[in-house]
Amino acid sequence: MMKDDPNPVRSVAENPCNMCMPLGAIIPFKGIENCMVIIHGSQGCATYMRRHMAEHFNEPVDIASSSITERGTIYGGEANLKHGLNNLIQLYQPAVVGILSTCLAETIGEDIVRIAGVFQEEQAGSETPAMIPVPTPGYGGSHFEGYFLALTGIVTALAQPTRRHDRINVLVPHISPADVREIKRLLELMQVQYTLLPDVSATLDAPYTQIYRKIPAGGTVPADIAAMPGARATIQFGATVEDELSPGKYLEINHGVPLYNLSLPMGIVACDRFLNLLETLTGNEIPKQLLDERGRLLDAMVDAHKYNREGRAVVFGEPEMVYALGQVLAENGITPVILATGSKSPRLKELLLDLTADNDEEPLILIDSDFAQIRKHCADKRINLAIGNSDGRILTEKDGIPLVRMGFPVHDRIGGQRILTVGYTGTTQLLDLITNTLLANKLKHYRENMYAKHFPFQPKTIMFKGEVSDDGQF
Amino acid sequence: MDMAINQTDFSFIPEREKSIRTKGQQMQAIQCQADSVAGCVSQRACVYCGARVVLNPITDAVHLVHGPIGCASYTWDIRGSLSSGADLYRHSFSTDLREEDIIFGGERKLMRCIDELAERYHPPVMLVYSTCIVGVIGDDLEAVCRLASKRHRIKVIPVQSSGFSGNKSDGYRIACEVLLRMIASQERILYQPFHLNYLGDYNLAGEAWIICGYLQEIGINVNVAFTGDSRCESLLTAPGAALNIVQCAGSMGYLAKRMEEIYGIPFLNVSFLGLEDTMQSLRRIADFFANPYIIKRCEALIERELAQYGPIVKQYRQHLKGKKAAVFVGGGFKAISLIKQFRELGMEVVMVGTQTGRQEEYDAISQLVAEGTVILDDANPSELERFMLEQGADLLVGGVKERPLAYKLGLSFIDHNHERKHPLSGFTGAANFAREVEQTVCSPVWKYLDGPIHTGRINP
Ligand code: SF4
Ligand code: SF4
Repeated sequence: MMKDDPNPVRSVAENPCNMCMPLGAIIPFKGIENCMVIIHGSQGCATYMRRHMAEHFNEPVDIASSSITERGTIYGGEANLKHGLNNLIQLYQPAVVGILSTCLAETIGEDIVRIAGVFQEEQAGSETPAMIPVPTPGYGGSHFEGYFLALTGIVTALAQPTRRHDRINVLVPHISPADVREIKRLLELMQVQYTLLPDVSATLDAPYTQIYRKIPAGGTVPADIAAMPGARATIQFGATVEDELSPGKYLEINHGVPLYNLSLPMGIVACDRFLNLLETLTGNEIPKQLLDERGRLLDAMVDAHKYNREGRAVVFGEPEMVYALGQVLAENGITPVILATGSKSPRLKELLLDLTADNDEEPLILIDSDFAQIRKHCADKRINLAIGNSDGRILTEKDGIPLVRMGFPVHDRIGGQRILTVGYTGTTQLLDLITNTLLANKLKHYRENMYAKHFPFQPKTIMFKGEVSDDGQF
Repeated sequence: MDMAINQTDFSFIPEREKSIRTKGQQMQAIQCQADSVAGCVSQRACVYCGARVVLNPITDAVHLVHGPIGCASYTWDIRGSLSSGADLYRHSFSTDLREEDIIFGGERKLMRCIDELAERYHPPVMLVYSTCIVGVIGDDLEAVCRLASKRHRIKVIPVQSSGFSGNKSDGYRIACEVLLRMIASQERILYQPFHLNYLGDYNLAGEAWIICGYLQEIGINVNVAFTGDSRCESLLTAPGAALNIVQCAGSMGYLAKRMEEIYGIPFLNVSFLGLEDTMQSLRRIADFFANPYIIKRCEALIERELAQYGPIVKQYRQHLKGKKAAVFVGGGFKAISLIKQFRELGMEVVMVGTQTGRQEEYDAISQLVAEGTVILDDANPSELERFMLEQGADLLVGGVKERPLAYKLGLSFIDHNHERKHPLSGFTGAANFAREVEQTVCSPVWKYLDGPIHTGRINP
């Protein structure tokens, strides 16, 4: 078992594997109906985040900024933020406003919770949207923490003591709109009454319509969030989430809603667990349609198992995704060589150590990492598969490792919002992609490999140029 | 397209009114170069962004971002500047400041980072960018860099680009100051009568190579392009040139002026966007050197290139004539070139705006466009949406953030930002531009957007 920290002491971060807190915090707000976000800080941060998100989702992602300038940093930015709120409300007429902060705002001591309160007092009488301030200094953590901080903030702000009802709360981590749609489909097939938060399935993947809406239709209805404390149970896909950041934990402690904290439903075991739980909670049977989908995944796993055994993978991204992928790899005999995240996630490390305890080859688990470090460890490990976001393209370019793109951001390919990886069906799609990537890589090299290794005669002409890659064969 | 009218009542932010003009309607000049209005979802970036745009293409420098991780993360290798050698500039280095550094100051961590990088990469120059919080926690960047320069015997230059201290164009100016430091040298400068520097081209998809190729062919040597595919050493040759030509005046006009003051190098504003501008610019450069050989070669080149690319542009023009374009780009220089370039394609610009254009540039734009054209500074998505629809635009030119908005409104789109992967400069570039416009405007997809659902019913 890996005992010592493989992360060498270093100061400089080279080619980051994470983004900052406010970016992560924007996303849950984008999954609430008729909601807008303003970031208290300088203009640049908001613009960069919009750019990053627009590229991934291929959607207009409007995010306001309080546009603090030099004066604001000296005399305080309160006036800027209030002014910004006024303009934003006028332009977008939202029902809910998320207020986030940047490094700058936090460093100069801006208290967005207080300012939001003052703003609402001043507007008393006129109808103002609900304000949810969530301090998110960029330096305080990665976008993963930002996401759950905001999600907890939303639940804390909106949840009201509610009489018991029959619904189930479903809290999802940062997954694609297509994944959210799939989870909703599973819930509906299981005939579950639910409140899913945040529901980005339509807001960050809006269908084309003849009338454009500045705030896209869809998202979790605020009244449903308010009623979350009355739910029968909470299912949270947040196995790696620390308790302080866990909205499910909040509902359990403060409102007594039993929490089932699962990992994302990817792979046979995780999907089974999810559906079994729904079965137990509702008493409804798993319908044949889903059993068929399960059967197809099993069929796909068998079809591909020999190819997959040749897979040696490096996986990187947000903790929740890395853990779920770790399970898919384990089920399919793909060797996890490096499992990495840019976030500080002690829980992920524990979970991965457990998951891989019996592996012949001990995987390297990198926490709070960056791509310079990941690449360094990739050398000489015969890795033939990378799975993660587009920033991993550097592994393809420099180290020739083919990349299966998923997670966030996917900025150098189209359709990041439509990548489906959850449920039996999503897992099947992902698995095909993985296997085909392994196959393509093998077929690309096998002629020259075999020639270089086995051709017994003096070569007359050079038949194959290029490097011989190690395919692990004898 | 007229069906796509926004349902919600568009409410204007009164403060924004001064930044929006319709040609032929208001007398007052447009308000520009002002701070963005809070809460309006400005499309602008920050000082750091401006500085990074200008300096990042220096291929063999270490570009170290002093600040929290986000600022570095969002700018990692996102631009299409190409290099003929080093690729250090494509890596993102950050001091990754954390909570404790904010409290105790980041100077020591910065020093450690510089030490690590100097040891690992031995770069000739290290550029250290400051971000917003560095401006606030009071790290003495200048002092740390001075110390590091001595310790490692390389140039370690601070880029004072705290994001809040202005906007993107302030970042350009700061970057130009840094470039002045980089080209300054103790050695005597050799004056070279037939050499020039090419300012304001970042070698996106090899654009600087195309232009340098033309110049070389007509007998003019380029000492260095600022800053596309430049190296720290090649920048040192800049002071010896006889002329500076400036493509992107928005970012490098300042450097040209300062180099004229310091080194006595005159400059010409040029544009290599579109056949017409490219031709004119080459002629003006040749005229400057007033050498019959150069002038002759220049004419020969123009004739050859026009023969090759003119017909291509003309062919696309046939499909595009009468279409309407909207333009929203970073600087005024680009907007002006685009208006002319669309005219080459028979298209009229009906809305034009920039993030950080200057008064002179807006005057020039106003001269160029037709009556009724909407001109706006630092526009937000709501305004873009409203005016593109009202003006009946078929196409938008903009950056990544504007693209999805155009598509949602059923408009064609041209990416004229730093992310693109094909050159738009010179004669080849003009043909590429025409083709790209045609590819998007004449795509079959648009005709499916507004129709009713196709029924499977069979007509009797
Ligand atoms: S790390 Fe901080 S300063 Fe940088 S982009 Fe994120 S919030 Fe802004
Ligand atoms: S913190 Fe400042 S420098 Fe960094 S992205 Fe934001 S505005 Fe720009």
